[in-house]
Amino acid sequence: MFFQQLINGIALGCTYALIALGYTMVYGIISLINFAHGEIFMAGAFVGLLLISYLKLNIFLAMLIAMCFCMVLGVLIELVAYRRLRRSSRLSALISAIGVSIFLSSLAQMIFGADAKGFPDTAFPLRLIHFGDTEISTLQLAIIAISALLMLALQFIVHETRIGKAMRATSEDYTAAALMGINVNRVISFTFALGSALAAAGGVLVGLLFNAVTFNMGLMAGLKAFAAAVLGGIGSIPGAMLGGVLLGVTEVFGVAIGYSSYRDAIAFTILVLVLLFRPTGLLGRKIQKKV
Amino acid sequence: MTELLRSAIGLVDPYAMQVMVNIGIAIPLALGLNVITGLTGQLSLGHAAFMSIGAFVSAICTIRLGLPFELNLAISGLVAAGVGALIGFPILRLSGDYLAVCTLGFAEIVKVVFLNLDVTNRAFGLSVPQPELLVPMPYYVLGVAVLSILFVASLHSSRFGRALKAIREDEIAAEAMGIDPARYKVRSFAIGAFLAGIGGALYAHFLGYINPSDFGFLKSVDILGMVVLGGLGSIPGTVIGAAILTAAPEFLRFMAQYRMLVYGALLVCLMVFRPNGLLGGVNVTGLLLRAAGRNKLDTRGKGRDEL
Repeated sequence: MFFQQLINGIALGCTYALIALGYTMVYGIISLINFAHGEIFMAGAFVGLLLISYLKLNIFLAMLIAMCFCMVLGVLIELVAYRRLRRSSRLSALISAIGVSIFLSSLAQMIFGADAKGFPDTAFPLRLIHFGDTEISTLQLAIIAISALLMLALQFIVHETRIGKAMRATSEDYTAAALMGINVNRVISFTFALGSALAAAGGVLVGLLFNAVTFNMGLMAGLKAFAAAVLGGIGSIPGAMLGGVLLGVTEVFGVAIGYSSYRDAIAFTILVLVLLFRPTGLLGRKIQKKV
Repeated sequence: MTELLRSAIGLVDPYAMQVMVNIGIAIPLALGLNVITGLTGQLSLGHAAFMSIGAFVSAICTIRLGLPFELNLAISGLVAAGVGALIGFPILRLSGDYLAVCTLGFAEIVKVVFLNLDVTNRAFGLSVPQPELLVPMPYYVLGVAVLSILFVASLHSSRFGRALKAIREDEIAAEAMGIDPARYKVRSFAIGAFLAGIGGALYAHFLGYINPSDFGFLKSVDILGMVVLGGLGSIPGTVIGAAILTAAPEFLRFMAQYRMLVYGALLVCLMVFRPNGLLGGVNVTGLLLRAAGRNKLDTRGKGRDEL
């Protein structure tokens, strides 16, 4: 029973982690809570759903195309709604992000309707694997494997490539990076593209896991993923992964011991507690207050 | 007198009256957030939680205890303020975005708790009976709106208000000047919560039905939108913002389907082209006084504080 819930929790947590990475990277670079990120996740789920149900594409191919689509969407959102606000107050950018989020979710509602859409049964070869009394579905395994692969790829990009180096430099010190000849605008676009691609992958996986894609799935998932990012220490990439998995596991265990109606409150209670006792999150760096 | 007031209501088109009452309810809500976010500079994304607390306290007082409406208003405001002070005490140590996230989390927790309590009738929501009133409801709403405007305006130009502004501009400098930021922030949070609680109570009794899900993240965003639209920290701006954002869905009704779509796009455009809000940085009192040819009064500094 324990291992069963642990696996369920990790699979759910991996999807939170995928979304949380986008929040944390964007926040690390331009200190903006990108509230539209949850809607990018939703858009990814819908694109995946369309490709699989109508074009009968393979699930992996569909996920890849959804990721590319959301990359473009993410970069576009940054260009239209955030770029000009980079020098104004954070609050304006935040409101703009909320505006984008409302816009995208109502657009999805107009196009796809208000009811939940499911993936066709043939979308994923669902099988149960037994280990003693623990059952693991192939879907859960796939979620964990794909998430791990994507996160490894992300680590590689951030730590081993030139653009990744530029990303780290920009998040360290925006102005200094610009002075050193880094094209900051390109780095920010790239960050949005990376984060959005991960969110899209998360969207397709969550759509498969719950077999439901709705126009408002982005809101709660986005808020929880954001909680995960803060839990791990916002701005820290390993932190987002850890936070996501921790949150998923806690939520599943909370439901298992009978607090299912408080499900959505669990994430936020953890969030509030962590912020009170460790405001920089589990893996976040201490920020010194300067006069 | 009462009869006269009652018949005066009849003269106004009921639909227009409903929109106006909704604007009147939005004013104390938005002004409350304006004290927290505009005046003190603390971003709150959970203002709807205080509205929710006020609405449910008032509804429960009416249903279970049968208290008079006027008393209910005060009680719900005070309970909301108490909760605001209670949670403000620990979380206001956080700054900026962390505080925003914490308030968001708090609002989500309040919603889920109310959805699971018997006294709030769980997810079914509460039907609130019409209270016995001396004058029709719109007068109460008008009274509360006017009182809250006067209250917040007096706050702006008081010693207390100046301390809050000092905290907004530079917390460390304010501390060096002998202002205890923690104490002032908790107080401003409690005042904002108080106004939100009263707004929530009015909302509950005017609408006649409340559900915890009505006070979610989107409601908080709605209120924040009013404050930001008009310009942070500006009282006339907040009132105009409350009026525009409450009436906008009604005007956009002819394209009901696209309503939220347009609303989202408008928010983005507004922020991109006027990041400080419609009246942000505009000295409204000064403009009005100049228009009236009474420029002299401007030097008193009352106008400058509108910034």
